[in-house]
Amino acid sequence: MIGQILYALPFLWHGFLITLAVSGLVVVISLVVGVALGVGLVYGPLPLRLAVRIFSDTIRGIPILVLIFFVYYGLPAIGLQLDAFAAAVLALTLFKVAQVVEYVRGAIASIPAGQAEAAKAIGLTFAARLRYVIFPQATRRFLPPFVNGVTDAVKGSALVSLLGVTDLMHAINQVIGRTYDALPLYLLGAVIYFLVNYALSSLSRRLERRYAFIRE
Amino acid sequence: MGYHLNFNLIWRHFDKLWGGLILSLELAVLSIAIGIVIGLVLATWYVSAGRVARAVIGAYVEFIRNVPLILLVYLVFYGLPKALNLAYDAPTSFVATLSIYSGAYLVEVFRSGLEAVPRGQLDAGKAIGLTPWQRFFHVRLPTMIRITLPALSNTFISLFKDTSVASVIAVPELTYGAQWINFNTFRIVEVYLVVTAMYLVTGYGLLFALRLVERRFRVR
Repeated sequence: MIGQILYALPFLWHGFLITLAVSGLVVVISLVVGVALGVGLVYGPLPLRLAVRIFSDTIRGIPILVLIFFVYYGLPAIGLQLDAFAAAVLALTLFKVAQVVEYVRGAIASIPAGQAEAAKAIGLTFAARLRYVIFPQATRRFLPPFVNGVTDAVKGSALVSLLGVTDLMHAINQVIGRTYDALPLYLLGAVIYFLVNYALSSLSRRLERRYAFIRE
Repeated sequence: MGYHLNFNLIWRHFDKLWGGLILSLELAVLSIAIGIVIGLVLATWYVSAGRVARAVIGAYVEFIRNVPLILLVYLVFYGLPKALNLAYDAPTSFVATLSIYSGAYLVEVFRSGLEAVPRGQLDAGKAIGLTPWQRFFHVRLPTMIRITLPALSNTFISLFKDTSVASVIAVPELTYGAQWINFNTFRIVEVYLVVTAMYLVTGYGLLFALRLVERRFRVR
């Protein structure tokens, strides 16, 4: 068993880097797009609010796997060529954006209305209210669920193996295809995913403790 | 562009999707039923257990929650039978996996539910002379179930969506049906549009129904 694991490690290393790359890209892009859409959902004009609401509810209502297949097989059919890696990142990002939108909405909604009213009363403009009053407080509410959701992105990234992207999951299956001994490799894979995600969720717990209260 | 929607082939093979949807629901119901048993037993044990038992239950919960579902599905279906000299078919394997998976999430749900039962209720139970056993089954458990109903519904809806992962071990549920039609008819956009609609209608229909149940049993 030890021998098999040592044999497998170099193959898995490359897959592990792809897993990190997919998760990292998904998290960074969805953070930017999700925050923008989330702010749009709270403060935007009605058509924008409706569009974001429908987008978010639709995406969150279907399995990620269906979304991945839809993007990978569906977009080329209508003339948009994407390689497996790009399709995988796009699909996972769409899903994550919908989640981030909800975190942002929740974070802003959790700030007492009195804060915005007080900011209005002292004559701050809309932009200044967001910049100096709402966002600094909402960030503290946003960060713990967001960091916690990073583990979902790492776990979700294992689905890209189904498109033939050689991530950690796919690398494990490739090694098993050669050694024909599944259990040790799947256990090793489980331990690797566990270590990465456990580190991330410990980080989010620390953030949560740190931001459990809103300072002055 | 130049893609023309044509749903005829989808309707001709619609039995694959309909049968798949029914199977998805069956997988989700079976898994949450077993998951609830696992969750209840472990959560009850956890709140009264010593340090070692707590560590073991905690390790199970943390392990399952931090590993991708697809890996667990492969592990149980391809890894375990040979190592343990067992034999089971793909649907059984998937239900076992999803039960263990949902059990880990439900332990947390029930544990926090048990802790959320107001102290005063337990004291009241004691005051009217209920035995510890009666206090648990007639006071703490019913109240905990009512407190955790919303979390239970959410878990069920997300398990229903997770059944799509069963397609990777060729369990003919809804996503598998979609892939079959995708590869055999190439009406790709159509089939995923129809399947998306089926997941949405079923998922939100279930959510709506469960919210009604929750309102009926809400703790006031």
